[in-house]
Amino acid sequence: MNKTIKGIAAPLPLSNVDTDVIMPKRFLITITREGLADGTFADLRFESSGQIQPDFVLNKAPWTQANILIVGDNFGCGSSREHAVWGMRQLGIDACIGTGFAGIFYDNARKNGLALPIVSTDTRDRLLQFANNSNGAEVTIDLAARKITTGEISASFEMDDATQTALIRGRDDTLDSLEYADAIHAFEANLDDKMRVSVRK
Amino acid sequence: MSRTLYDKLVDAHKVCDLPDGDMLIYVDFHIMNEYTSPQAFSGLDTKGLSVWRPEAHLAVVDHVNPTRSNEPHDTASKLLIDNLEANCTKHGIAFYGLGDPRQGIEHVVVPEQGLVVPGMLIACGDSHTTTYGAYGALGFGIGTSEVEHVLATQTLRYKRMKTMRVIVDGETVPGVTAKDIIMKVVQVVGAGGANGFAVEFAGSAIRGLDVAGRMTVCNMAVELGARAALIAADDITKAALKGHAHSGQFAFKGENWMSDPEAVFHKEVTIAGTDIEPLITWGTSPDQSVPITANVPVASDYVSPKVKAALERSLKYMGLTEGQSAKSIEIDTAFIGSCTNSRIEDLREAAKILEGRKVATGVEAIVVPGSAMTRIKAEAEGLRDIFEAAGFEWRPEAGCSMCLAMNDDIAMDGERVASSTNRNFEGRQGRGARTHLMSPAMVAAAAVTGHLADVRDFKRETST
Repeated sequence: MNKTIKGIAAPLPLSNVDTDVIMPKRFLITITREGLADGTFADLRFESSGQIQPDFVLNKAPWTQANILIVGDNFGCGSSREHAVWGMRQLGIDACIGTGFAGIFYDNARKNGLALPIVSTDTRDRLLQFANNSNGAEVTIDLAARKITTGEISASFEMDDATQTALIRGRDDTLDSLEYADAIHAFEANLDDKMRVSVRK
Repeated sequence: MSRTLYDKLVDAHKVCDLPDGDMLIYVDFHIMNEYTSPQAFSGLDTKGLSVWRPEAHLAVVDHVNPTRSNEPHDTASKLLIDNLEANCTKHGIAFYGLGDPRQGIEHVVVPEQGLVVPGMLIACGDSHTTTYGAYGALGFGIGTSEVEHVLATQTLRYKRMKTMRVIVDGETVPGVTAKDIIMKVVQVVGAGGANGFAVEFAGSAIRGLDVAGRMTVCNMAVELGARAALIAADDITKAALKGHAHSGQFAFKGENWMSDPEAVFHKEVTIAGTDIEPLITWGTSPDQSVPITANVPVASDYVSPKVKAALERSLKYMGLTEGQSAKSIEIDTAFIGSCTNSRIEDLREAAKILEGRKVATGVEAIVVPGSAMTRIKAEAEGLRDIFEAAGFEWRPEAGCSMCLAMNDDIAMDGERVASSTNRNFEGRQGRGARTHLMSPAMVAAAAVTGHLADVRDFKRETST
């Protein structure tokens, strides 16, 4: 993950786009993270016959090349399935700009290098308009400066420090946290037996 | 200093602060299912990591399994189930698989096994883990990368959320259930209205609910975006813990699991319990609901072009006409089940409506008890006989089934389902399937009449 994400932005103004829509369940019957690009937004991108749905934004030029989405309110709500984020990354999406995201989706995105800058409704609407009218003009997201710029728009965005750091550094949270093994042991040492769950097999 | 219940729970589980602004919090208990955990186990393998404390985890098969029998219905779902069992065996983790007398929907199984008590922190790769707030425990859903993190460290990276208190005060009218209360909250707060918040439910209408009802409320709190939902532990909680295998085993000392009287919340919402009617969803988001006595909205009710467009999209998907009455919506299927409403209390409520009645001609009606233990209990109480006499199909095995249609219970394109579940998203129960959310008793009422119906009309008929 670089500090700057640059590319064509596609407008996806629907509110409450849930993870069932991002990754329909028939693509979830898998034990790997791979092979999810085709499933991403499948019911919007394809007819039930499998034919491409020509009216869907990501099927139209210039947005077939988009790596940024400008999205409606409460994007990513619903199920915890990280497959939604894996699929979006495999489809080439690097960022979604919106007014707010569901919590689990937000955390899943961070773990997979998908940036979710949060902007005001006014900024989001102007970006939607820009993305709608663009002939492939680029949007730039500067993660370090928390700034989005296009030809006419320059706006700051919200992102908590830990997510910003994770996206810029791109490190593995699990391995990072194991560096605090001593602190975890110390916490456990303070728990008495009643405070330790032991599940019966 | 006065603290909220949420803050007490976070404080009690904080391991340390991290330099980037997050903290590490300790996970007392972690639950896994077969579809959000495989990649977490393979992550451990790739990184050469082991499980920090295997006895603090439980794996349950519930999402992809069929409920007609305990044999997987296809090779892909069998692969997921076998993979989970193999991973649990390898790492020494408890596994409740198909055929195990403790198997069922994870959020039904855990309370039944006495594995949730006040003061715990519980994580699970499932968004409806908010359910455990009903016991004064902090439960929340996590993604697969976080499942890997809990397995390897018994902790999560965490950021303290803002707090919201939702007060539902005043007695609800007969026929209004916990499901209607939470659907009303979702309607008022909105589908994303609690993003970034931990929500505590309070007020007399909440305190008056049994723990099953409280679980329904906390379960669906995620539909308003709440990452955590809480209800203060009280005598009802204590009574519900009695008689379970693990009850009393777990207790953080020196804490009363309720918000201090002077605790300040970032946001407060008050709803009058007396104003709540039995609700149904008409749209494709859980906040798109109306009372059963009302009509589906009309576009001219709204000013914003964006809202109008969303309304039109939802109506088109749902195959409804604006302004049509809720009761005129005819159904194809009735489904009672899911982690929201498949407990013994839910089955009893539905059976009260079904006793002595028949499912309408042309309606397919299915009930999937939430766990093997729930099913056995229901059968012993005679509920199976009532459901079957009415024409419901009584499923012998437990699972999520048609709530999210990851098994073979998939609604067809255009099929209209009265459903006791939690999400009416486009395609949730099958591509093109149309979901109306409501309480289990309301599903039973719809099954009997063939269209959405007011459960209160049934009660009047019964009494005359």
